[in-house]
Amino acid sequence: MIKERNTSVKLGNLVLKNPVMTASGTFGYGSEFTDFLDLNQIGGIIVKGTTLHHREGNPYPRMAETPSGMLNAVGLQNKGVHYFIDHIYPSIKDIDSNIIVNVSGSQVEDYVETARLINELEGIPAIELNISCPNVKQGGMTFGVTTSGAEEVVKAVRKVYDKTLIVKLSPNVTDITEIAKAAEASGADSVSLINTLLGMAIDAERKKPLLSTITGGLSGPAVKPIALRMVWQVSQAVKIPVVGLGGVMNGQDAIEFMLAGASAIQLGTANFIDPAVTIRVINEIEEYMIRHNVSDINELVGALII
Amino acid sequence: MVLDLTVKSCEMIHKQYALLKLTQKDQLPEMHAGQFVEVRVDNSSTTFLRRPISINFIDPQDNTLWLLIQVIGDGTRALAELQVGDLVNVILPLGNGFSWPIKKDQPILLVGGGVGTAPMLYWGKLLKQKGYNPSFLLGARSKNDLLQLSDFAAFGTVYTTTEDESHGVKGYVTNHPMLKEGDWQRIYVCGPKPMMMAVAKEARGRKIGCEVSLENSMACGVGACLCCVEDTVDGNVCVCKEGPVLDIDKLKW
Repeated sequence: MIKERNTSVKLGNLVLKNPVMTASGTFGYGSEFTDFLDLNQIGGIIVKGTTLHHREGNPYPRMAETPSGMLNAVGLQNKGVHYFIDHIYPSIKDIDSNIIVNVSGSQVEDYVETARLINELEGIPAIELNISCPNVKQGGMTFGVTTSGAEEVVKAVRKVYDKTLIVKLSPNVTDITEIAKAAEASGADSVSLINTLLGMAIDAERKKPLLSTITGGLSGPAVKPIALRMVWQVSQAVKIPVVGLGGVMNGQDAIEFMLAGASAIQLGTANFIDPAVTIRVINEIEEYMIRHNVSDINELVGALII
Repeated sequence: MVLDLTVKSCEMIHKQYALLKLTQKDQLPEMHAGQFVEVRVDNSSTTFLRRPISINFIDPQDNTLWLLIQVIGDGTRALAELQVGDLVNVILPLGNGFSWPIKKDQPILLVGGGVGTAPMLYWGKLLKQKGYNPSFLLGARSKNDLLQLSDFAAFGTVYTTTEDESHGVKGYVTNHPMLKEGDWQRIYVCGPKPMMMAVAKEARGRKIGCEVSLENSMACGVGACLCCVEDTVDGNVCVCKEGPVLDIDKLKW
């Protein structure tokens, strides 16, 4: 007899049909991937980082391949929240997944105004507050590297945003649990981690940096052990659900993050290698549940045996 | 779409270049000249991302997709070492491809430099097939670096330049009199950036419409990661999605 297995998880009031989400900046607005998969099967789609105003991003070159990973320095290129509301939202609001907007900004007022505008959109049940982008000169990561910075922006956004608020944390800190606790105390419903690690690549022959910005954000399997460690630490430190990301490439990686304490996971750089990776990971998680006779996926969250 | 294609043949046609022919049982999907594919590279520990490779040729007779691969690093080396029967995971077709010229009676020039000659073979074939009149201007360091010359000759006149004067006119493609004198309706270019810039300048000066095929380094290939942008008159555009072929009127160079 086939047993009914529960794969759905909750982040605050947000219900995901499965714990697999796409990481911001790696999946566009979802529409780029419709040739490869059915968006309706994905637990959550976190769309490209959105700011109050249009941003051109950083100059080319913005990418460098590194061992088991890549550096990027895109710098939050996007057309601004008003363009999103008028031109992108109408075409994605009816996707049967959770469309989540990643919100970024240079100053607190920008975050607040962007979040306020998105709060009005019925088809967006959550935002991911990006206080951890390493590729912008002002704002971005600067809010995410001190507890006071995190508190200031999360509290201000919480006042105007009444749906699920996920705060995306930076790994470029001394103690990520302090920032996570500050986000929790300021009203976050969930934290997601990790954003990219600040890194650098050099072309020795030309004696030049490979990125126009010299430094950029490292992602891919190279960062997975660090991400796992941080998810483990943060899930011990806070009561709100944790979303794990950083180098997840397959179902086994996803399960590892859940055992470490993540209630859901995000796939980022993996989308560039296999555009249908989300569906594969959803299937591989279900296969793991069958193999280990797990009837409810929530049983796996933090189930690490020590 | 994502396909597992089978290696039909993989030959080094020069010490630095491999010609990889891929096939499958079903008919290959329709592809346009100037589009590209993203090839997954297995058996290379240092290669993480897919390799974007332009479509060199589609042979409908034996249902093969040809990729001309310049061996530069570990990824392209692993591709050049593929064996007959190996499976290769490929996303295709990607990007926009060249746009069709208007007039059938006025000649068209296809300019290629180095491995940038690759997309011009298939484009030459399609143009010839549709009744256009393409010619080719191919540049390389030396005569051994001029690839697939007899294949090109089947679709139009071939002019060449080599830096050491071992084949055709000495120098770069911009030194060839046919670039400056031909009554070209339209020019299509693919090659090293300085070469494309020089040809674009020449085309602009002569008020000839011109398209270039860019090869900015990229990750996703589908317009999601925004890594491969080119700064244009319309702002940053993704070379993988809105290109790789761009009209020079859109470019800032």
